[in-house]
Amino acid sequence: MSNIIDISGLNKEYSGKKVVDGLNLCVSQGELFGFLGPNGAGKTTTIRILTTLTKPTSGKVLINGIDVARDPASVKSEFGVVQQHLSLNRDLTIAENLELHARLHHISRSERRKRIAELLDYVELSDHADYLIDSVSGGMKRRAMIARALIHRPKLLFLDEPTVGLDAQTRRRVWDLIRRMNSEGTTVFLTTHYIEEAEALCQRVGVLHHGKLIALGSPLELRQRLGMVAVELQEKENGTTYRYFPDRSSAARFIQSLPNTERVIMRESNLEDVFIELTGQKVIGD
Amino acid sequence: MLDAYSILWSDLAALKRRWPRYLITTLMSPILYLVAFGWGLGRGINLNGTSYLEFVIPGIIALTAMTTSFNGAGTRLNVDRLYFKSFDECLMAPVGLPSLLLGKALIGVVRGVLSSVGFLAVALLIAPHMHISLPFVLGLLLCCLTFAFLGVLAALLARSHEDMATFGSLILMPMTFLGGTFFSLAQVPFGLKMALYALPLTHASLFLRAAALDQPLPWASFLILLAFFAIFLCGGMLALKRMSV
Repeated sequence: MSNIIDISGLNKEYSGKKVVDGLNLCVSQGELFGFLGPNGAGKTTTIRILTTLTKPTSGKVLINGIDVARDPASVKSEFGVVQQHLSLNRDLTIAENLELHARLHHISRSERRKRIAELLDYVELSDHADYLIDSVSGGMKRRAMIARALIHRPKLLFLDEPTVGLDAQTRRRVWDLIRRMNSEGTTVFLTTHYIEEAEALCQRVGVLHHGKLIALGSPLELRQRLGMVAVELQEKENGTTYRYFPDRSSAARFIQSLPNTERVIMRESNLEDVFIELTGQKVIGD
Repeated sequence: MLDAYSILWSDLAALKRRWPRYLITTLMSPILYLVAFGWGLGRGINLNGTSYLEFVIPGIIALTAMTTSFNGAGTRLNVDRLYFKSFDECLMAPVGLPSLLLGKALIGVVRGVLSSVGFLAVALLIAPHMHISLPFVLGLLLCCLTFAFLGVLAALLARSHEDMATFGSLILMPMTFLGGTFFSLAQVPFGLKMALYALPLTHASLFLRAAALDQPLPWASFLILLAFFAIFLCGGMLALKRMSV
């Protein structure tokens, strides 16, 4: 499968501080890829570089074979973006926001109307088409942003923290929408600091820490590298320590060998464990 | 041009919903100036055969055009860029930078023209002998364009909302009272007069006043205003190029 994103040697510095540090990454067409990392890891900066909003200090980015730095005008039609911030025009209705985006992408009048109706139906906002942005819920705003990003039928969709600030029910609704878009052929590149989001959605995950890609693979592969089963040992002196095992039987043998098993928890490992082992800190900071 | 219109379209759609409120709020200041300076302080004052009221109205029109064009383009862009981040959506769209710049400035121009015409309609009830000619309309349009592009330039350079407020306090506010709006520059000492000629509003006031009072037109002021427009346009283009990839 050909790559829709090809990043090589990407660096971004602000006042001498490296925010993205030597990033090399490829994302295949049709993939649902996730960038996992805590706030400040460099996820949003990377997306801003990929979407022509920020100039990299050095390195090369190809989107669908087009060099982002050399031909930003052409590359802009290749992707859609759902930003972390609510970037809808608040003076307009949901339908007008989509209309504006369609106009900026030079979609003809008749086609605009057709696509707006289709997409509002797709994100289940047809009944709220004429509502002003400030009069709808956070989940509806997020779905409107997704519809807007899809109006020019991009091959690639960037989602920067797509469910941040949403309640659990709305988050799952957005997840369903993301899965559906991906199953219909759109490549999705999302950033998140929610472990469960990366695990639930992504076929492959890149773990970013201080601007560096420190792990890459499917959630299962990353867990297998660490150990599929985690044992938490809660000790008065040292706090909680973690041990990882390839399977339950080896974890059970380890627990049986312990002198005191009162404060021991055995569970499946997750991407949080992977992140903690790699970086020594949690994805969502204390 | 079509892209510039698309950007303008979004503002027109918003304006269509609340133009009465917009007109009332933007007309409040010029009408207060008219009442305070034209009817209050200036009653009975005569300047070379022209009543002070007729003298001050074109100045207030220039002032209204300046304020509403600047704010219509600049303040909105500043908020869209730094607070709502919706300007990023325009930067990520396949729209040329000149169209983007023009579209954002046209938002100010439309609002400036709307407010100025609204005030003019009120002013004509008080001073029906004002001469609304083609040069007057051209001068008004140029005034709106100049200050709309200044607004866009300021918004692109501003790093915070405070920067815009500072720009308003240090540049627009002095211009409001010193830019030939409320008094004749003939009464001002030579040194200060030269300094005031460096302000774009001075030339807008001079040109609009001459056109409205059917006096010989100061085309030099028109050309200077045109030069300011060109400078602000180029400055805006450079600022936009600097921030985009």
